[in-house]
Amino acid sequence: MSQTDAAAMEMHSATGLPNRKILMWAFIGSECMLFGSLIIVYMVYRGKSLVGPYPADLLNIPFITVTTFVLLMSSLMMVLALSAVQRGDMKWGKIWLFMTALLGMVFLGGQVYEFSHFVHEGLTLKTNLFGGSFFLLTGTHGAHVAVGVIWLMSLVFMAQRGRLTQANAETVEIAGLYWHFVDVVWIVLFTLIYLLV
Amino acid sequence: MPRRTPWIVALLTLATISLGACGGPFPQSALDPASDFAWKLQDLFEGIFFWAVVVFVLVEGALIVAILRFRERPGGPEPKATHGNTLLEISWTLAPAIILVLIAIPTIKTIWDVDRPARGESLVVEAVGHQWWWEFRYPDLGIVTANELHIPVGQQIDVRLTSADVIHSFWFPRLGGKRDVIPGHETQIWFTADSAGLYLGQCAEFCGLSHALMKMELVAESPADFEAWVEGQLADAVVTDSVSFAEGTQAFMRGGCIACHKIRGTVAQGVIGPDLTHVGSRRRIAGGILDNTPENMERWIRDSRGVKPGSLMIVPELDDETVSRIVEYLQGLK
Amino acid sequence: MAVRSESPAASASHAHEGTYAGGLLSWITTVDHKRIGVMYGVSAFFFFLVGGLEALLIRLQLGSAENTLIDPDLYNQLFTMHGTTMVFLAIMPLSAAFFNFIVPLQIGARDVAFPRLNAFSFWVFFLGALFMNASFLFGGAPDAGWFGYANLTSTQYSPGMRVDFWVIGLLVLGVSSIAAALNFIVTIINLRCEGMTLMRMPLFTWMTLITSFLLVMAFPAITVGLVLLMFDRMFGTLFFNPMAGGDVLLWQHLFWIFGHPEVYILLLPGLGIVSEVIPVFSRKPLFGYAFVVYSGILIAFLGFGVWAHHMFAVGLGPVANTVFSATTMLIAIPTGVKIFNWIATLWGGSLRLRTPLYFALGFIAMFIIGGLSGVMHASAPTDLQQTDTYFIVAHIHYVLFGGVMFALFAGMYYWFPKITGRMMSERLGKAHFWMMIISFNLTFFPQHFLGLHGMPRRTFTYESGLGFEAMNLMSTVGAMLLGASMLIFIWNVLGTLRKGAPAGDNPWEGSTLEWSIASPPPHYNFRVLPVVGGRDPLWAEDLTKAVPGDDPSTPEPHMPGPSYFPFATAVGIVVMAGGGLTLTLPVVLVGVALVLFGIYGWAFQPLEH
Repeated sequence: MSQTDAAAMEMHSATGLPNRKILMWAFIGSECMLFGSLIIVYMVYRGKSLVGPYPADLLNIPFITVTTFVLLMSSLMMVLALSAVQRGDMKWGKIWLFMTALLGMVFLGGQVYEFSHFVHEGLTLKTNLFGGSFFLLTGTHGAHVAVGVIWLMSLVFMAQRGRLTQANAETVEIAGLYWHFVDVVWIVLFTLIYLLV
Repeated sequence: MPRRTPWIVALLTLATISLGACGGPFPQSALDPASDFAWKLQDLFEGIFFWAVVVFVLVEGALIVAILRFRERPGGPEPKATHGNTLLEISWTLAPAIILVLIAIPTIKTIWDVDRPARGESLVVEAVGHQWWWEFRYPDLGIVTANELHIPVGQQIDVRLTSADVIHSFWFPRLGGKRDVIPGHETQIWFTADSAGLYLGQCAEFCGLSHALMKMELVAESPADFEAWVEGQLADAVVTDSVSFAEGTQAFMRGGCIACHKIRGTVAQGVIGPDLTHVGSRRRIAGGILDNTPENMERWIRDSRGVKPGSLMIVPELDDETVSRIVEYLQGLK
Repeated sequence: MAVRSESPAASASHAHEGTYAGGLLSWITTVDHKRIGVMYGVSAFFFFLVGGLEALLIRLQLGSAENTLIDPDLYNQLFTMHGTTMVFLAIMPLSAAFFNFIVPLQIGARDVAFPRLNAFSFWVFFLGALFMNASFLFGGAPDAGWFGYANLTSTQYSPGMRVDFWVIGLLVLGVSSIAAALNFIVTIINLRCEGMTLMRMPLFTWMTLITSFLLVMAFPAITVGLVLLMFDRMFGTLFFNPMAGGDVLLWQHLFWIFGHPEVYILLLPGLGIVSEVIPVFSRKPLFGYAFVVYSGILIAFLGFGVWAHHMFAVGLGPVANTVFSATTMLIAIPTGVKIFNWIATLWGGSLRLRTPLYFALGFIAMFIIGGLSGVMHASAPTDLQQTDTYFIVAHIHYVLFGGVMFALFAGMYYWFPKITGRMMSERLGKAHFWMMIISFNLTFFPQHFLGLHGMPRRTFTYESGLGFEAMNLMSTVGAMLLGASMLIFIWNVLGTLRKGAPAGDNPWEGSTLEWSIASPPPHYNFRVLPVVGGRDPLWAEDLTKAVPGDDPSTPEPHMPGPSYFPFATAVGIVVMAGGGLTLTLPVVLVGVALVLFGIYGWAFQPLEH
């Protein structure tokens, strides 16, 4: 992740792909197994809670549809950000990166709102199996989004100080890979949790 | 390597293999089947074992021959750099595959033969695992007992298993394989004992401090003897007309024991611990680990956690006389 | 075939004692894969001895019936920590030691793809290992088995911090393993020297690649299981609470979906080592290279499809039992293919019976036995007698000790000269081998019979009169001798470090790139990156496509500088773990701050400074 290590090592690439890109793809593979396992837990315990509140009582599909749309749009922002940086247009690169992070924060805000609403209605981690598996699954996803937001904002600050250049396009691309992955995971979660109630 | 090394290795191997004979007799052995279920497993095992020996001899043999034959000899020729042989690869992929099929077929047959609910007439027994004792109920006969299971020879027994706390495993090696007992689930196992006798069992899934001390016994007896046992079990607790009996009863009822134990026909109706209605006629106590003698029973009551670390049997401080009265009372509950 | 004893420019090379020079700080901040490898190796061997000591105590207790040497509370901690230590703190890091030291050399690289991430992985492992063992001083070590079955691990049945140490310790170690595996995937895919296609890679590197994929794909399952358990214990969730509808079997599934690939993670590196040693000491190339590679890949894939063979006694039903019996038997085939290819490599060779080969051959001999007992419990019905008994204990030790440890010792004896520049004593090596293999069999062979005769496992004692005494005594005596055999190895190592004969570049006439440079290698490994034209580059007929040696006319390459950020980040993670263990939020936050400090410092520090 260092800016100057590209020149530091006389490393060639046997595949032509940069090391950090392969690292991110391998990491994403591992994360698929992580979310896969969490999803299995959620699915196994669907309908098994002995006491309420139950999903049908609480899940607000219209609201989450909006936040899902927001997250999807953030991926579009990310694509625009990468394109700008690759062109060398740091002004728009910074703006789109910030927009990506901002929409991510809006999504997270929606999650926080939803979670506190559920708690208010009597659903916590400990209430029943739905509470435990729902909060764990969506909470893990939310944590991943939060990490992404911090990463993106770091890139924004770097750009602000002129330390993000066209030469760092690869860094933005890799952040983009992570961000898109987190978005795709949400699509799956949204489908399984909200649409298949 | 010196020339006598292969012989030493061969001798050691032979010695190692004969170890199985060391230390008998083995009253809890899976290699001494005594039920239909156990025999099915033994027959399957013998078939697999045969192939394992064949493969062992062939492959270890090839290895040893290779080592002996191709030892570096000074001035010997340079080895030929062979890189592979596709035909050989196919052969030694197919050969093990064929052997595995020969093992898989009886395996699958046996799976479908044993992994099913009991068929036909059975005597149903419910086994509940506790830390660290076994509860046995006969729902159709109305009997509840602990740690010692009686069954009639030649009758299929349909065991329904569950746990009251953590995972345990029900295992009488001579009568067949084991079945885990899992809280929140009911599992099943069935078997028909070939012959009368005493069969030893042990919990076979790590369940905490005294896992090693969670044992049970099974008495297989003639139908007539079994009927007699059932009758005895169905009766309420024995009442003896004597002063010491009355004092013993009082000591038991007042000693806190009724919080956990049940003695039918008395005010003791606790369900947390083993049913003691006929405890006097059991061979063993304390979850199958102590012979049922007055001395052992006294030791168990006084120091349950010393005998069985972690035991949930908490006995308040009782003086010697009270304890011996209780023991005398319980020993009389035949 | 031309077997060269030295690479062309070897006469110009010399041992680089400077490779390991420097004080404590230089070791804490090193990002050199060779030093990191040495640190992994020394730590892992230390924990191997710790786990071994735990085993010796277990065997002392079981040496006689109804023994009272060790009470059940201590016993349960000992067998839990023995398993956990051997799997996570001994075997895996020993393999990691070789991944680290050898793989970059074998692929003609100067280091791994991410040297600082590499250092981070080591420090997280090391500090995590200390964390887990600290439990002995703070209320007792974990005592619910290395497999930690729910609901025995709930707070109701396992009160106190013991299981929390286990859960959090394993989560920390998981971070280390996944980070290292990601690093090696990128390294092997991307840093191979020119001409080294995947099918020209040394077998050990291949097995490292496959193991790394297994690691990143299998660990998440146990991560999730551990998180569920941690939440149940710390936050009162109901995942494994049968009273609330939770299913304790979910733990078993998640654990074994990780746990079975884990045993292949333990095994494959050893298979790789044996695949290197046998050709070199037979003086001919590996027979059926492609088949050995493909069977490794197949084992990894199939390894994900067999997990419920650990659950045959649970009553999953005939369909599940049939499927898992079948897949488990299937996995024996690629395993057998490897064994046959090794024997075919020996066949027609000129066997130099030196210590590395002794251990490789011992591996094959013992692993065959372990594999055959494995086939016996691949059959679900027969497993109903064998599971949870000493028969399984015998099986696992034949494959993990007789198998993997013998292979790892083969690797130690094989690569010791490369790592240290000195030759070990053959006499002591062979004495170690014979004492080890004889005592190993004495320890574990009787356990097959103990299991079949009805002795369950994980029991702190057994009753007299069941026939278990004689064989338990044999096993205990064997274990003592097995422990003693390690002293021979340690003596050999210490003596060699003090006064071993210089090894030179290629004392074994090996064929792979690590033997083309000095022993120990200079910190930059290769002055000029090699170009290879086939497998076994040092045995190539055509020496014009030569492997350049340490040509002094080329300037020394610039290597990444040391960094303390990986260590700082690792410390931050363990601080978070400590805060999580004790549920003190301020401590967790301090840990998070340290992690953020470490990550940012790392991100903005140039690799070469």
